[in-house]
Amino acid sequence: MDTIYALASARGKAGVAVVRISGPLAFWTVEKLTGSVPPVRHASLRTLKDDQDEILDKALVICFEKDASFTGEQSAELQLHGSIAIVKSVLEELSKFDGLRMAEAGEFTRRALENERLDLAQVEGLADLIESETEAQRKQAMRVLSGALGDKAAGWRISLIRAAALIEATIDFADEEVPVDVSPEVLELLAQVMLDLESEVSGVRISERIREGFEVAIVGPPNVGKSTLLNALAGREAAITSEIAGTTRDVIEVRMDLVGLPVTLLDTAGLRETTDIVETAGIARAIERAETADLRVILIPSVDAEPEITPKQGDLVVVGKDDTGALENLSVSGKSGQGIDQLVSVISSRLSQMASGASTATRERHRISMTTALFTLESAKNEVLMGADRAELAAEDMRTAIRALDALVGRVDVENLLDEIFSSFCIGK
Amino acid sequence: MKQRDFDVIVVGGGHAGADAAAASARTGAKTALVTLKLENIGVMSCNPAIGGLGKGHLVREVDALDGVMGRIADKAGIQYRLLNRRKGPAVQGPRAQADRKIYRAEMLAELSNTPNLMIVEGEVTDLLMDGTRVSGVSLGDGKSLISGAVVLTTGTFLNGIIHIGDQNHSGGRMGDKPSIALADRLYGFGLPMGRLKTGTPPRLNGKTINWDILEEQPGDVEPVLFSFLNSKPSARQVSCGITHTNERTHDIIRSNLERSAMYGGHIDGVGPRYCPSIEDKVVRFADKTSHQIFLEPEGLDDDTVYPNGISTSLPIDVQEAYVRSIVGLENVEILQPGYAIEYDYVDPRALRPTLELRDVSGLFLAGQINGTTGYEEAAAQGLVAGLNAAKLSAEAEQVIFSRSQSYIGVMIDDLITRGVSEPYRMFTSRAEFRLTLRADNADQRLTPLGNEFGLIGHQRMASFDRKMTLLSAGRKALESAKFSPKEMKLAGIKVSEDGNRRSAYEILSFPDVTISNLIELQPSLAEIGVEIQTQLSCDALYANYIERQNRDVERMKRDEAHEIPDDFDYSELRGLSNELRTKLVVVRPQTIAQASRVEGMTPAACTLILARLRQGKRMRISNG
Repeated sequence: MDTIYALASARGKAGVAVVRISGPLAFWTVEKLTGSVPPVRHASLRTLKDDQDEILDKALVICFEKDASFTGEQSAELQLHGSIAIVKSVLEELSKFDGLRMAEAGEFTRRALENERLDLAQVEGLADLIESETEAQRKQAMRVLSGALGDKAAGWRISLIRAAALIEATIDFADEEVPVDVSPEVLELLAQVMLDLESEVSGVRISERIREGFEVAIVGPPNVGKSTLLNALAGREAAITSEIAGTTRDVIEVRMDLVGLPVTLLDTAGLRETTDIVETAGIARAIERAETADLRVILIPSVDAEPEITPKQGDLVVVGKDDTGALENLSVSGKSGQGIDQLVSVISSRLSQMASGASTATRERHRISMTTALFTLESAKNEVLMGADRAELAAEDMRTAIRALDALVGRVDVENLLDEIFSSFCIGK
Repeated sequence: MKQRDFDVIVVGGGHAGADAAAASARTGAKTALVTLKLENIGVMSCNPAIGGLGKGHLVREVDALDGVMGRIADKAGIQYRLLNRRKGPAVQGPRAQADRKIYRAEMLAELSNTPNLMIVEGEVTDLLMDGTRVSGVSLGDGKSLISGAVVLTTGTFLNGIIHIGDQNHSGGRMGDKPSIALADRLYGFGLPMGRLKTGTPPRLNGKTINWDILEEQPGDVEPVLFSFLNSKPSARQVSCGITHTNERTHDIIRSNLERSAMYGGHIDGVGPRYCPSIEDKVVRFADKTSHQIFLEPEGLDDDTVYPNGISTSLPIDVQEAYVRSIVGLENVEILQPGYAIEYDYVDPRALRPTLELRDVSGLFLAGQINGTTGYEEAAAQGLVAGLNAAKLSAEAEQVIFSRSQSYIGVMIDDLITRGVSEPYRMFTSRAEFRLTLRADNADQRLTPLGNEFGLIGHQRMASFDRKMTLLSAGRKALESAKFSPKEMKLAGIKVSEDGNRRSAYEILSFPDVTISNLIELQPSLAEIGVEIQTQLSCDALYANYIERQNRDVERMKRDEAHEIPDDFDYSELRGLSNELRTKLVVVRPQTIAQASRVEGMTPAACTLILARLRQGKRMRISNG
């Protein structure tokens, strides 16, 4: 029996968000996240950490024993802070656990039903609940199918059916006149779908950004005017500025609206060699946050100075503390306000560019489907490359990938494969 | 109540009938097999071959349940080929050309010598009814036979029409007369029916074929047999020939298309896409300039040759013209012209998973009458129908085969859940648990089950137990032998230097690793017998995938445990779309698992049915 999890409270910003986990691995999962299993039926404050030991959230954790929970299975509830980002990162962490999967709509109720945990009145009330779930599923499916993702998914469906049918034809019609080596076409089809999936999966991040905000990190050596720039951009004294190098030891975040796009500005510790333990930690954190930010504004003290970190594509290298704007390069002064407007417009145009490349799939479920599909298609590709004698393993992987995409592409069953085989090859010796 | 003459009566002695009667008798039920003529028993009416991909799996499963097809095919096999020999064991299918005469003679001998089984020569003209329950059959000579259950395996006899060009006449197989009254009785039940067609090629005189210029296709050097009890063929082995159609052949066919029964509009039935007529091939794949033909001998002392690949419903003169345009067949003599046959079948969605008709208790259907094609599909259904007829007659629990367990289960579930739109044939791609459901492990999957059902004889059980003992000893030896990456490297096995010791069984799942690599590491492993080595290699190869599949199997089994009663009322279920409701009413799934496979089913709708089931159960408890 799989262990399932899902956000049990409504999506979006709220005071508290409840993630429910049910199944034989529920306690094990809690232990992985918090280091121990709290006493059952007690609300315990615990720190949730990911596999890198990074803190995800401080949450109230309640464990329920088998036969004494809503579903009748061993289960746990995580009451998180109701932030979209926190919920997302916790769900993402759970998706990495072997033996855990996201619950289907109504699956908790179904398990409760199977384990006879609902009384007659509750069962009678179920029809309404399920009716609304059916309706919600239908609407969800309609949204996907009528949207841009639906078009893409339809394309993947055609490619994957074709690829699987080619492989199946060599298996089921080995003594017929089918091509012996179908691998070039299969590999091409797989490569195309995988490329699409990859960009879609990375695109999921962008569309989350549109909802939750882009991160723009300001980095550079100490005392180049990072904090002053942040304050000027934010229009208020968010970061403490001073003339003493190394003032910003932690990462300071300022949320703001930049021409309609939600942006979180990150002010980071100045990058330099230091013996101060606290500052060293701050610098490490600065580099890490800057790495994962969507865009970096790298301040340099003068035109011929080397940037402290290597700019990625789209990053801005800006000369700081240029009060008069005499330089030809992109330059800025937080103090005089010189170059601020220009910088804002460059940043916003870069972010808008990213936003336009955003994927239409926004939901965690889609991300999981696509990531699983990508993973198994990679394995299918390897099996195909290993030769025709592993065709059934390639076929198995493709099936798994197709099933994973079921949520996006609708059901693909064996009749589709057979249709494709019979329309492509003259079968029948 | 009148005294029963038999527990089970099987009507028809084809492949479905033979295994139905044998299975029923094996369980101890007093069984009669009624056939028009003794020589009809075990007739191969289409091509002279048994097995293939998916089909070979079915034969192995029938054999694992101690059925007759595999053992008889091994007696009659004159050319064995293991299909997909170079692919993985999950998709390898045993196949053999069979000598028709030997097959018929051996099948008759086998059934004649089967305890509890009596063969009755005669025509079944009608079914006896006891209310809505079938209670026996009446025969052409006026006699009646009373029984607990009846299995009908009458093939294409329902409204069968044979077409050769624009000529047609009614009948089942060539030369068989249809029973009108029995057909009327079946139509009278008001079952949902459909119409299908199938074709055969002309039969050729092998003496008039120029074999010398044709490519020869010999059998495998090391034949792989059907039955787990056999290891060597018993008949002399021969080769097939291969030739091809050409542009001239296609021209002749194209210019006579309107004279074909099928293209002339004489046929309404739907034909199988995987077995198209030569007319179909020429029209649908117009850019192909040639099609392959296998020239299959029909027997060792029979000159008849079955040209596999050119079935047709063209008139005789056109058949002669196009056949003689083919290399090696320039002077060939046609012994029997090719023909197409159209027939009615019963929509298999009217059946239970036991193959009993849902609305006519005591009556089981198996074989072509259910819309399938192929000897192997027929035999497998026959076994299920015969077994369940015997159980019903003995008022014992019915036996249902799961998709997760066997190709037999896959086939029956496909039939009763999806129905058919063309004659149904087994393919390995139909089995979602293909890596587990292999021809090589059919005995491990099914023989112990068969034993529970009372199907397995002493001889097979003893040989199975011996094999299992060796297998578990071999497996233990492989699992307890552990090696470090360093040791593996020395034996030439590629492995990551992670320091983890791995068991020989784990190592065996690596690509390119064979048991001989392992014997190099630990010579004592050579003591495991060759047959057992092969079996263990197959198991190890898929070990990782099977673990993944097992979770799905578990889910399916859980859903199979939720049974839906026949009288379940879908009209009262709020929240179902009308379309889905209609489909559910037609299929009337027996379990939640089957319901979930009905086209258009959603998880929410499954929960809805489940909720209603639970509610019904509670109400019964509270009322009761």
